[in-house]
Amino acid sequence: MEKTQNNKAWFLVLPVLVLVAFSAVIPLMTVVNYAFNDTFGNNEFFWAGLEWFDDMIHSSRLHEALGRQILFSAIILSIEVPLGIFVALNMPKKGFWSSFVLVVMSLPLLIPFNVVGTIWQIFGRTDIGLLGHTLAALGIDYNYTADVLDAWITVVVMDVWHWTSLVALLCYAGLQSIPQAYYQAAKIDQASRWAVFRYIELPKMSGVLLIAVLLRFMDSFMIYTEPFVVTGGGPGNATTFLSIDLVKMAVGQFDLGPAAAFSLMYFLVILLVSWVFYTVMTNMDRSASDIPEEL
Amino acid sequence: MRIKTSAVVMALYLLFLMVPIYWLVNMSFKTNAEITGAFTLFPDNFTLRNYTVILTDPSWYMGYVNSIIYVVMNTVISIAVALPAAYAFSRYNFIGDKHLFFWLLTNRMAPPAVFALPFFQLYSSIGLFDTHIAVALAHCLFNVPLAVWILEGFMRGVPKEIDETAYIDGYSFPRFFIRIFMPLIASGIGVAAFFCFMFSWVELLLSRTLTSVNAKPIAATMTRTVSASGMDWGVLAAAGVLTIIPGALVIWFVRNYIAKGFALGRV
Repeated sequence: MEKTQNNKAWFLVLPVLVLVAFSAVIPLMTVVNYAFNDTFGNNEFFWAGLEWFDDMIHSSRLHEALGRQILFSAIILSIEVPLGIFVALNMPKKGFWSSFVLVVMSLPLLIPFNVVGTIWQIFGRTDIGLLGHTLAALGIDYNYTADVLDAWITVVVMDVWHWTSLVALLCYAGLQSIPQAYYQAAKIDQASRWAVFRYIELPKMSGVLLIAVLLRFMDSFMIYTEPFVVTGGGPGNATTFLSIDLVKMAVGQFDLGPAAAFSLMYFLVILLVSWVFYTVMTNMDRSASDIPEEL
Repeated sequence: MRIKTSAVVMALYLLFLMVPIYWLVNMSFKTNAEITGAFTLFPDNFTLRNYTVILTDPSWYMGYVNSIIYVVMNTVISIAVALPAAYAFSRYNFIGDKHLFFWLLTNRMAPPAVFALPFFQLYSSIGLFDTHIAVALAHCLFNVPLAVWILEGFMRGVPKEIDETAYIDGYSFPRFFIRIFMPLIASGIGVAAFFCFMFSWVELLLSRTLTSVNAKPIAATMTRTVSASGMDWGVLAAAGVLTIIPGALVIWFVRNYIAKGFALGRV
């Protein structure tokens, strides 16, 4: 849709601006302050320049956590996005079952993060958990607190359990907005199921899919509570993701300077990747809809 | 045939979702002795003790009240400020609009772990520490950008001719916005409110950092009790089950909105 030029629109944006400035800019400036200073307590600060950043960039601990984090997010996205689309395509379109499915699918989304962790912690235990007990009964040696692979599988399956529904619900919302006439036209053209998906459903879903992919990327990149409750970052450091490492550093060891420098770089990485995602996907959206629009 | 395969797919997927929850519910009705001692698919000694513990102890049930208060406050604030902003983004070009939109989104991307300590200092210094409004405002950090984003998407789907027709008919902007525009995107508002509710309800790190007693959320109450009283699995499971219920009620409500409102795309 073409938009009109109107700088008075700033007034409509003003409330959001004030609110977000209060709850984001001020705290962020505090973090920046920590990152460039050293402190010995009592609110006394000494200029440290780029020392903390230098430390953090060369820290192998950070590199390893970053590596694990990227691997985790990649696995999560490659499972949840296709699975979410697939589930959305199979959801009943109307009637009682549609409501029923919507409600059941939303349930995992509305469980507080630490409760999700608790559920899976219990579920996977070989002594009191259904999953752990069943696997043990089948003769599979499964122990997520000792085995690295088991820990990873548990955390990944937990995240798939927790968040696939979000992708599916967003795609479902996109699918619901496709006029019935499109399908009828496709039927007249004798389009295959794949063609219907590729040329009708996927382009119509691209907007919500962008939201879904971005949300999943950002949230999996910041994941803290669930793996912390289940594995505590272990065994060893095998599931210590960036946030877990950061909280360990800031709260556990109270190294404010390095932690703040770490935070800023962490934030920048998320920003950069999200920006690339956002740009690529909006460009795709534009070329798909064939309507020239100024960016 | 197609209907059949999709039913099978859905059944399997729902089963996958429900089994861990079933196990939690199952545990919440068991005694601790049965949980750790025997392995049963259904509680042998059906007990409501775990729920009684929670519903009779104010330090437990006030956690739910606190959570609901700040979540509702946050949802209302987020939607109220996001509505005009989303309208501006969906209808007008203005100086810096693209940059502003992306800047808003960056706040959604900020890891809460980064903000925990600065938030604590900020809200302590202005005397809002341990109040519901502090948590509600803190959660605006990620909910406002998200609400703007979702609402913008829905508003873009409403043809601009509707705005123009309304102005020709003599509607003022506020009246047009409330009487005509908001009903048109009711499903969008429902979806945005749902997401705000959801992210505020499930968040733990910030809400735990910003509260101590008076506004302590249920999720934080759970973590403390687990570490304090050893492993009271039954009460833990019951508390978990109770955290699921408000969410289930909300989605039931929003579901009706979505069902009614998705005619939007067919206008």
